Amino acid sequence: MAKQKSKDVLLGPIADSNPIALQVLGICSALAVTVNMNTALTMCVAVIAVTACSNLCVSLVRTFIPSSIRIIVQMTIIASLVIVVDQLLKAYAFDVSKSMSVFVGLIITNCIVMGRAEAFAMKNKPSISFLDGIGNGLGYSAVLLVVGFFRELFGKGSLFGVELLEPISKGGWYSPNGMMLLPPSAFFLIGLLIWALRTWKPAQVETEG
Amino acid sequence: MESYLDICLKAIFSENLALSFFLGMCTFLAVSKNVKTALGLGGAVIVVMAITIPTNNLIFVFFLKKGALAWINSDLKNVDLSFLGLISYIGVIAAIVQILEMALDKYLPTLYNELGIFLPLITVNCAILGGSLFMVERNYDVVQSLVYGLSAGFGWALAIAALAGIREKLKYSNVPDGLKGLGITFITVGLMALAFMSFGGMF
Repeated sequence: MAKQKSKDVLLGPIADSNPIALQVLGICSALAVTVNMNTALTMCVAVIAVTACSNLCVSLVRTFIPSSIRIIVQMTIIASLVIVVDQLLKAYAFDVSKSMSVFVGLIITNCIVMGRAEAFAMKNKPSISFLDGIGNGLGYSAVLLVVGFFRELFGKGSLFGVELLEPISKGGWYSPNGMMLLPPSAFFLIGLLIWALRTWKPAQVETEG
Repeated sequence: MESYLDICLKAIFSENLALSFFLGMCTFLAVSKNVKTALGLGGAVIVVMAITIPTNNLIFVFFLKKGALAWINSDLKNVDLSFLGLISYIGVIAAIVQILEMALDKYLPTLYNELGIFLPLITVNCAILGGSLFMVERNYDVVQSLVYGLSAGFGWALAIAALAGIREKLKYSNVPDGLKGLGITFITVGLMALAFMSFGGMF
């Protein structure tokens, strides 16, 4: 029974209650870092780490937090974790951190982190909250990687910076679709992704438009 | 040095926070169901941004920048506190949102009830923190950041009001089941972003 529950908590957010597609959380950063797979992957790892750790910390201190100041306590915990991640990235992956510019800092305001801390970690035990953090981080990563995959493949003809479709400018056959690298394409891709997900799982269709 | 008009037009059109940096998307999508609420929230965002960005600028210049503490004591001129940036900006934002919430509750209770959960969520509105971070990255001074805050907030409000207008009409159209609600909204925003990009060459 207990085991079943932790599995649900860990894997549920990937397809059944995906934080981006269903709960509409954390979209801000999801779109901006998906121009290529490298930054998308770094962002995923960072968000999984921050969500899991912040859920763990919030859950550990949940009985001591007066509810009137809980938001600011959660913010402080999250902000400290993000600063750690930011400094780590600057130290070990400077190029990636440079190309992500302000978006590492914006993990603080990523609603997934805050939303999970508020909705789940405040009410549950540390271990299960930790799993919930990882699960939601994974759900977020799934969307991020899919969008990143299409944007980099069709926009530049490469994946992780390795060329797969040889562009015309270098004597190949593939003409890169420049729009894929621009903001609007990310919106279209997520829109289509949601469409696909909801066709697969009709229970998620909104009845009121 | 960029002129004030430049900063202003750029922040509103070609570098619109919502449509070209995807900032503030969560509230952007959730509160854009009708024009009136959208305008209320847009107004709140303009106010919060116009206050927080210059405040954060002052904090950065006088406390956090490398050598900024020299005005207290010359021994401190090598101190670099810029890694504390994130936590202090978010603190300022949270405090100002709290104050705004109390003010709205007292003076405009209808708007307060309508904004509901989304008012505290302004704290986690990426547009506001993002604005502060861009301000630091681009080295604006106080006046420039005031102009930037006002116009970036205005740009965001413009985008959310426009989207709300479209969504009100969209209610009457026949959208495929899977696209209803969120899906079609994303595609609409994508089209709006395309339209706003055409301003890009102007400035």
